[in-house]
Amino acid sequence: MTTAEHDLDRLEAQTDEGAQELRTRSRSREVVLAGGGMWPEDELGDTMIINMGPQHPSTHGVLRLMMELDGEDVVRIKPVVGYLHTGMEKTAEELTYVQGTTNVSRMDYASNFANELVFSMAVERLLDVEVPPRAQWIRMMMCELSRMASHLLFQATNGMDIGAVSMMLYGWREREEVLRLFEFITGLRMNCNYIRPGGVAADLPDGWQERVLEVCDTVEAGIAEYDALLTENPIWRERTIGIGRITTEECLERSISGPILRSTGFAWDLRKAQPYLAYDQVDFDVVYTENGDVFDRYRIRLHEIRESMRIVRQCVERMPAGDYRVQDKKVTPPPRARIDESMEALIHHFKLFTEGFKVPAGETYVAVESPRGELGCYMVSDGSGKPVRMHIRGPSFYNLQAIEPMGGASLVADAVAIVSSIDPIMGEVDR
Amino acid sequence: MGLDQVPHNFLTARLEDLVRWGRRNSVFPATFGLACCALEMMATGAAHYDLARFGMEVFRASPRQADLMIVAGRVSQKMAPVLRQVYDQMVEPKWVISMGVCASSGGMFNNYAIVQGVDQIVPVDVYVPGCPPGPETLLHGILTLHDQIRTGELMRRRAASPTGGAAIDLGAVPAPAAS
Amino acid sequence: MTTVDDAPREADHEPSDEVAAAVCARFPGSIAAESHGQVVVHVDRAALADVARFLRDEERFTTCVDITAVDHLRTAARVLPDGVTAERYEVVANFLAHARNRRVRIIAQVPAADPVVPTLTGVYPGTGFPERETYDLLGITFEGHPDPTRILMPDDWIGHPLRKDTGAARVPVTFKGSPDPR
Repeated sequence: MTTAEHDLDRLEAQTDEGAQELRTRSRSREVVLAGGGMWPEDELGDTMIINMGPQHPSTHGVLRLMMELDGEDVVRIKPVVGYLHTGMEKTAEELTYVQGTTNVSRMDYASNFANELVFSMAVERLLDVEVPPRAQWIRMMMCELSRMASHLLFQATNGMDIGAVSMMLYGWREREEVLRLFEFITGLRMNCNYIRPGGVAADLPDGWQERVLEVCDTVEAGIAEYDALLTENPIWRERTIGIGRITTEECLERSISGPILRSTGFAWDLRKAQPYLAYDQVDFDVVYTENGDVFDRYRIRLHEIRESMRIVRQCVERMPAGDYRVQDKKVTPPPRARIDESMEALIHHFKLFTEGFKVPAGETYVAVESPRGELGCYMVSDGSGKPVRMHIRGPSFYNLQAIEPMGGASLVADAVAIVSSIDPIMGEVDR
Repeated sequence: MGLDQVPHNFLTARLEDLVRWGRRNSVFPATFGLACCALEMMATGAAHYDLARFGMEVFRASPRQADLMIVAGRVSQKMAPVLRQVYDQMVEPKWVISMGVCASSGGMFNNYAIVQGVDQIVPVDVYVPGCPPGPETLLHGILTLHDQIRTGELMRRRAASPTGGAAIDLGAVPAPAAS
Repeated sequence: MTTVDDAPREADHEPSDEVAAAVCARFPGSIAAESHGQVVVHVDRAALADVARFLRDEERFTTCVDITAVDHLRTAARVLPDGVTAERYEVVANFLAHARNRRVRIIAQVPAADPVVPTLTGVYPGTGFPERETYDLLGITFEGHPDPTRILMPDDWIGHPLRKDTGAARVPVTFKGSPDPR
């Protein structure tokens, strides 16, 4: 029995409608041929290669897919990337460590804080500075809010790609709340450049607790709506269950991480396995499922929003007092009020923002759990004010290698659902 | 005699004004979101900032059906020919908004990989600065474009190009056979 | 669907250089080092694929997290342990063992005159993309790679942008009223 027929069996077991229509159609082709009909048969097994993208509404940015098709069956999918290559790693070698976060923030532009965090952590490790607890908790809260924003974006775009077009508006409605909160705290909606080496750029403004809890409540109501709309919806389930299957072995050998790996039954989350910031001091679960299909990845990301909200609420309750940056003259500029009073402070500020600080020679690799998987930064320094090499291990770059096993035995109509469930962000694929 | 003394329900206007009114109130953008600015463009189309009240929520995937190309994001060397091809496929009248600093001038990425300003490849009507420009800024840019359409030359680029800017060679279309 | 409330797992209570010791024992000439608390082993570039196979088969390193390279043409101060001959390029591979919850980094020095290393795609298929990227941006050839083509730059691009002797190709910034350099 072929894979397609096996899937049809399963679908038929789940719903009353639809599956038998599919089956009939393929049977009717045989009937036509048996009766001497005119349906062209691929005797030679000719396949057709079609190109999807890079400009296409459903490819999540500028991803180009070359699909080899045998009728409606996709024999092979090859992703072609590079359409958003920005030379960020080259630019990073020309920017100081202070300026570096502005550059990396734009890689995974759906969750900016994760990039800034991994860069800052790499610099701090090379500098050997310890970030104060309040800064850790603020960073953690912002990263989890960023994870919520990214997964809400996923719900919106995934819904729209699969056909639930109103999900686009619902997802953005909740994401707006989170972005407005970012604007309140950091000054910008996106590309915030808030997490910097040494801590965060500024302390949380007054009244942040109420704002954050309000946002959590709004988002919670929102995702309850998505759950009610989609999870038990027969159309949604038919379009996503059993589609884009991948196994744990296929994931591990392709360096795939994040929700894709967790959807195969492998509960690996760096926040639990190799905790950083203050993740070992908060209570949250690692969400994983067993089947490795599009439906599972949708559910994982939905529940990860809930887990992130749990962490954010704990941050609101337990935020420690203290410094929001390490008080190390080498790394931290003086408070802006002092610049008016003291010449040393002015010179210190000037030197820090023009020359930057020097980082002792060394190399390190730091990894965090971004909404897409393991986001790593490999940094090499040589004692000067700019890195020798700043390489970001973007999870989407590796996760895109999942397209081949997932798409290799699917239909054209499912290709969009599969790419959407991988949730690639081309900014970090191409850098 | 003023219009209020006319007992019938009709109004008069110049043809140019009606054409401009039609054009500016139903601009169809082509989906050309490249990077971070694409997310803000989608936010502008979403419920809170709502491009639909300007008649623009219909983002057309096919450039043949679109009037406006909002270049939202950084244009890399590999993407530049694709950008030009999509622009060429759009039929006149067409407009280009360069959204964000990367599209307008290369932004913070002054290097080998990014085209330093999309106006090197396509003619731009409105530049919207920001990194990324918030939805209000983009809306301001779009309304500026609407103003340009309202006051601009109707046949402004059609005159310049023999094919109406659509990359179709009208001379190559065979005349229908007489039967 | 289930959720799991795992208590944070601690790294194995093995000596931190046990993996390094195993690699050095199997591949004589390798030199172990420690970099900000992380285990690094400098190996000979010809042995790179064999080291990867050893790590996967015998040390249970399930994933090759990342492969990249560094161009040290202009690096004044290099941090290298004794016994490692510095070359212009370094190929860096990071590995992760999920069950053992530990990481290791393998670094191979690659000379400028002959920037070739064996591919790891036979051991970890997931290195397909990063090896193409390293070739594209730095010009390191991975021998035996199934698809040794450019991945980020256009196919007809000449040169390797991330090399230190290639400039960033900055366009001079113009100000209002100044003559346009373009």
